[in-house]
Amino acid sequence: MTYVSAVTNPVVLRAEHLGRTVRDKILVEDVNFELQKGGVLAITGSSGSGKTSLLRLLNRLDEPTSGTVLVEGADYHNIEARELRRKLGMVTQRPYLFPGSVADNLRFGPAQRGEILPLETIEELLTQVGLKDYSRRDVANLSGGEAQRVSVARALANSPLALLLDEPTAALDEAAKLEVESAVQKVMRDQGLTCIVVTHDIAQAARLAEQALVVEHGRIVRAGPAGEVLRA
Amino acid sequence: MLRLFFHSQLQLGFAQALVAALSTLLVVVLARRRGIHLESETLIAMVRGLVQIIAVGSILLILLHAPRWTSGILLAGMIVAAGATSARRAKGMPDAFQVSSCAIALGAGSIIALMTSLGVIDTAITSLVPVGSMLIANAMNTNSLALNRFRSDVLAHAGEIETALALGAEARNSVSPYVQASFEASLIPAIDSLRSLGIVWIPGLMAGMLLSGARPVYAAIYQFVVLAMIFASSGLTSLVSTMLIRGRVFSPAEQLLLQPGR
Repeated sequence: MTYVSAVTNPVVLRAEHLGRTVRDKILVEDVNFELQKGGVLAITGSSGSGKTSLLRLLNRLDEPTSGTVLVEGADYHNIEARELRRKLGMVTQRPYLFPGSVADNLRFGPAQRGEILPLETIEELLTQVGLKDYSRRDVANLSGGEAQRVSVARALANSPLALLLDEPTAALDEAAKLEVESAVQKVMRDQGLTCIVVTHDIAQAARLAEQALVVEHGRIVRAGPAGEVLRA
Repeated sequence: MLRLFFHSQLQLGFAQALVAALSTLLVVVLARRRGIHLESETLIAMVRGLVQIIAVGSILLILLHAPRWTSGILLAGMIVAAGATSARRAKGMPDAFQVSSCAIALGAGSIIALMTSLGVIDTAITSLVPVGSMLIANAMNTNSLALNRFRSDVLAHAGEIETALALGAEARNSVSPYVQASFEASLIPAIDSLRSLGIVWIPGLMAGMLLSGARPVYAAIYQFVVLAMIFASSGLTSLVSTMLIRGRVFSPAEQLLLQPGR
């Protein structure tokens, strides 16, 4: 099944017959979709349906065994892995912050390219995710929700073309979940950021995304405007 | 007590080996009570070790009068065997045998060559092979420790490594903390041996030299020489092995190949 959005902004990401099979086990099969600049796409499905496997293929943490992804029209096999991953920022279910301060974590991505992230930019990014004045805090003393918001800000520090969020609130309690969700919503709204959110939470998918894909056994079984797809 | 019953040196040797082997049985029984099964691995390792050391002893006896270059062949064979043994500790790691053999050859081999050429190790086959084998065996243990630790750390921190990759880090840099930890951990036995020399233990080589009539001070100094060479060859081996393996846990597209449950 192919999903093409009706919005007419330039296409940032396009999956073409994307698939991955490992030892005869199909993880992702023949996935086709495209996402325009500023669009927010939710990928939903039950546990083990292949949502995370699909997201890992999008920023090439795993290698597809078929198909490809076009990033701004360029086949991602022709883009250097490090540059591709900078363009497609990723936030994982667990935040995995590096030891040190919040600012150290935000500086990590740009430092890989030899850039020094100015303190003002760090403060701006932290304000966007509701963590004003957190830059000097030790990451060891953060709550789960705060750590996940730092993880979002850290991905944004790389100025990505699109943000891939993998179950960003699944490991959090209800209060922290709302904090992270509203921080993500604010970033999407303020920056007009292109996003893909993987979530098993249908209500969350409906709140965050305009478009949605439902994945089962690694295949897209429903696709279209979030309101319609998630109601079905 | 055994000497009362066994008068031939060979019989006494086998009796001593049997008694020593029985003491390992105690460890196996104690481990079994805690649900850890070491029976087959311990039995195979002991039988193998005994057969191998008798075989090497017999070969040394034959080679006593052989030309000196034959010790080079013997040591090269030992390096390959050490590489194969060590690689088994790095289950699931790509090219573990090549990495281990190469690291031991460069680590132990270069120190043996250098020390022999400088006259620190005597070129006589009866000296070069036993001392060389000590360096190779210790390099093998260090390599096993380094690879085993690296493997465990990468598996335990796959999330952190992939987070670094996802933020645009170079693959080799994303595992740097685990490379360093593996290198340091692998050298603990060599450092402790050097540190406790003469206080906690008096190694067999020194005892042997004393028994064969060497002056005690020279025997003691030479023991230090051997341990310093062991440290140098082990350190070099671990350095080479961790340097070689760090890039091999990634695909050409900088994807982490070593993953839990894969």
